[in-house]
Amino acid sequence: MSTTAPVPAYIKPFQASPLARAGWVVLIVYLAWAMSSLDFNYARFVTGLDNGAKFIHRMFPPNFERWDLLVKGLTESLQMAFIASFLGVIISLPLGLLAARNLMPVVVTWPVRLIVIACRSFHPVIVAIVCVKAVGFGALAGIIALTVASIGFVGKLFAEAIEEISMKQIEAVRATGASFMNVVVFGVVPQVMFRFIGFSAYETDANLRNSTMVGIVGAGGIGGTLFAAFQRFDYDYVFAIVLSIIGLIMVGEVLQLWVKKVFKQ
Amino acid sequence: MLAIKNLVKEYVPGKPVLRGISLDIEGSDITAIIGPSGTGKSTLIRCINRLVEPTAGEIVFEGRDVVQLSGSELRLARSRIGMVFQEYNLVERLSVMENLLTGCLGKTSAWKAFMRKFDADDICRAWEMLEIVGLTGFANARADSLSGGQRQRVGISRAVMQRPALLLADEPTSSLDPKTSVEIMELLARVAETKNIPVIINMHDVDLARRFAKRIIGMAGGHVVYDGPPDGLSDDVLKTIYGGESWLH
Repeated sequence: MSTTAPVPAYIKPFQASPLARAGWVVLIVYLAWAMSSLDFNYARFVTGLDNGAKFIHRMFPPNFERWDLLVKGLTESLQMAFIASFLGVIISLPLGLLAARNLMPVVVTWPVRLIVIACRSFHPVIVAIVCVKAVGFGALAGIIALTVASIGFVGKLFAEAIEEISMKQIEAVRATGASFMNVVVFGVVPQVMFRFIGFSAYETDANLRNSTMVGIVGAGGIGGTLFAAFQRFDYDYVFAIVLSIIGLIMVGEVLQLWVKKVFKQ
Repeated sequence: MLAIKNLVKEYVPGKPVLRGISLDIEGSDITAIIGPSGTGKSTLIRCINRLVEPTAGEIVFEGRDVVQLSGSELRLARSRIGMVFQEYNLVERLSVMENLLTGCLGKTSAWKAFMRKFDADDICRAWEMLEIVGLTGFANARADSLSGGQRQRVGISRAVMQRPALLLADEPTSSLDPKTSVEIMELLARVAETKNIPVIINMHDVDLARRFAKRIIGMAGGHVVYDGPPDGLSDDVLKTIYGGESWLH
């Protein structure tokens, strides 16, 4: 074996970036400052634990006595989720097509993209607060809020799916003398159909979760019941609601798997 | 039938790919266009049905200048020109039958197409076409489940479904093995003969071109440098078309 000579000085195999190192230092300093200024430390955590133990103690056993209210809230959440997903998907279909840069001119894609971005900019709860102010308490406000959120999410996914299609297949359909709508029906839709179904199932699942939350600001669904129970310190009832929501989400998960299985390829 | 006059195409201004092509196509024979890669063969073929916009020149097809057409008139002209592609360009997720009926989209409204309400006559024609190309029983198979040769036969059937007055083929055999290539060329020759229409084919395989074409057009540098029968394709002519000579031996 040869002796291991040191690497000559002119070879610099690994280059350190001073800027990146400075960045790490700044990040660590900032975190330390933020923790100290927010009273985020072990002593505070231990004080909190004591309170947490009492809270958990009062949650057991879960109290299903007011099950009628619980079922009513859950049903409403479920209905809101499905209506909002349906509306969101229906509105997103044309928006996704208009926002696809491979099929539409820039003057069309930009305004449509702005609409979709605007729908995605705010958390559903913030949109729900605005909707409650606009149309009053209840499920309508929640449905509008969830629909807006769905457009923001599904519209973007639809547009991206259309932008990823094979243009060779489009070219062949165009070559037969097909009109633009015919190209969409026989060239675009077959290529994106199955992805769209997947996105729609995913969005329904997301809306199921979000629909349990918008009720906190008065936009209908189980969230309102949950928030009221918290404020009355009915922690055993809170636990019952939380268990029910988990059950609902699990049902949604199974439903999504089933849809994917049925429409697979 | 088809008259191309002084066709020029520039993708980048000042850098023409086609530098003034003039051709007349008549009859019901196969015309093969040969030439090195990047010399504009595909561009020429795509200019004829305006999948590519020509920069200058005329393309007179059935008495009308295709270059000047737009909207429904252009779509009507396109529906009269069948096209076969190198990579078949079938709509992968549609069935074989649906791919054949794609050839009838030029005269079908989007709503009818969406509802799959095609004319009974067209569906019967598609069924017969499958028999002719030996794909009986594949009507409901998805296009992406077929082999290359089968796909190209579907591609040709789709073009024939248009009842075209002219058939274009852009390197229809370049993705296929030698045996399948010959079968596909035989099928194209049969279409030319039975439908009595001219077929223009871009190809790289000179021997295959010699064997099936009645007329060969040699392109180089955006010009037509040879236009004549296969017999006239001497080594000297091939040298003019492709340049160099070591590949000839």
